[in-house]
Amino acid sequence: MGPQHPATHGVLRLQLDLDGETVIKAQPIIGYLHTGIEKTAESKHYSKAIPLTDRMDYLSPMSNNLGYCLAVEKLLGIEIPEKAQWARVCLAELTRLNSHLVWVGTHALDIGAMSMMLYAFREREKILGIYELVSGQRMMSTYFRIGGLALDLPPNFDERVREILDLLPSRISEYEDLLTENPIWRNRTIGVAKISPEEALSCGLTGPLLRSCGIKHDLRKTNPYSSYEKFDFDIPTNDGCDVFARYVVKMEEMRQSLRIIRQALDGMPSGDYRAHAPGVVLPPKEKVLSEMESLIFHFKIITEGIHPPVGEVYQGIESPKGEIGFYIVSDGSPYPYRMRVRPPSFVHVGALDKMCQGGLVADVIAAIGSIDIILGEVDR
Amino acid sequence: MTEIHEKVEKKLRDSFSSSIREVSHFRDELTFLIEKDALLDVLRFLKDDPEFTYVFLTDLTATDWPDREERHEVVYQLYSFDSHTYVRIKVRAKQGEKVASATAIWDVANPFEREVYDLFGVEFEGHPNLTRILTPEGFEGFPLRKDYPLTYEVPQFTHSVDDPPEVIK
Repeated sequence: MGPQHPATHGVLRLQLDLDGETVIKAQPIIGYLHTGIEKTAESKHYSKAIPLTDRMDYLSPMSNNLGYCLAVEKLLGIEIPEKAQWARVCLAELTRLNSHLVWVGTHALDIGAMSMMLYAFREREKILGIYELVSGQRMMSTYFRIGGLALDLPPNFDERVREILDLLPSRISEYEDLLTENPIWRNRTIGVAKISPEEALSCGLTGPLLRSCGIKHDLRKTNPYSSYEKFDFDIPTNDGCDVFARYVVKMEEMRQSLRIIRQALDGMPSGDYRAHAPGVVLPPKEKVLSEMESLIFHFKIITEGIHPPVGEVYQGIESPKGEIGFYIVSDGSPYPYRMRVRPPSFVHVGALDKMCQGGLVADVIAAIGSIDIILGEVDR
Repeated sequence: MTEIHEKVEKKLRDSFSSSIREVSHFRDELTFLIEKDALLDVLRFLKDDPEFTYVFLTDLTATDWPDREERHEVVYQLYSFDSHTYVRIKVRAKQGEKVASATAIWDVANPFEREVYDLFGVEFEGHPNLTRILTPEGFEGFPLRKDYPLTYEVPQFTHSVDDPPEVIK
């Protein structure tokens, strides 16, 4: 099955061993999109690797940027101004909505609910509009920088995001009206592609997949980053362990994301959008044009890059798909000695075999949709 | 340094004193460099100990240090759901030496170890299916090694496995 199959969400190939309609073994064959992002990053300055991270999980660019920037900031040991942290939270949650909307649309399309996709993509357009508003790009935003944000939030940011906040709750209810009680949807998802909590832990599942096995784990709560500890939200879980449970968890997560975004907008602090760390973070442009010292720092950062201390750090964050982690080894030079990405999708593909065994061929489609993989991230 | 990290360090030093080469603390992260032979014992110990419960293998990767005698460094990130902390375990191996496979402890080690084998050429002893995972069949070399050049590309795709492409250098 695959790699050119419309239901594999990219170029995933599955080698299925079948007994009639029953799946005995499902071996994923990956690597069709391998572009060597980890290798490329080793030859780039720290700040120049940020655009590479967008291109891994292209449905959640902001989350990837955030993970990478946090890892480098941890390595450098710099504090980020509160405004930048809150703006990052707000945008990371919009990214979660974006990713989940595409997921619910394509997943339902795979199972046969075609109209879902059109509705979900309609709402997603609004979020892409926000990306365009802040960064000028609709998909590969590269808006976060080491030390803060690339630019200050635009003046109408608040108003535009609130439009989404007002619109989405009723739309999410509409999706649920279409799917939750739909007998076809329930037949195709309940009890399908089950994985036990023990197996889920052994297979390294994270994010919504782990929470749909009844394990209440969310890095935003347990290891808060970017001031997530200041936000009030719940972690939805479900004991179903099947495709339907993943659907229920993700729909509730969208509502929680809306809650977080509302809090972030209401309490958005004022102040700098970028840390003041001479020699590490670029100074504001107006200072570069008016002060000699800032000009020198600007020039040195752009030409030489930054020199972090020798050491290694790991920073994991809760991306829409699961835990995305960045392991960075520094040898003191302006280039990362090693940048390792711990991609959630790569791990989740590995669990497909366990989920599909004993099921029907048609359930494989449901399983692939439910684990929500992005092949750009699987292969990097 | 967190309290739990202190406890882990103390207990590991007590139990595996001869196997620990180096302990480092950097940015609140705890890293152990241990002897290759003790790897599985240490991983099992951290996983099964009721006090620590590092039951989750978050990441398994490697780094390449061509100037060292033991050029491969395999890195394990463990996570505990009780204390919400990470611990990093590292082992070193010479080129051609095998590292024990963690597939018997975690299923997720299977794809991770295949990836490390594919990109670094580190072999894992006891792995059920150690084959290339990201690069195509018949690929030569290990891309993430430091001596693998970034600037030329080997033509990878042929129509016949018996007639492999010539490497352009």
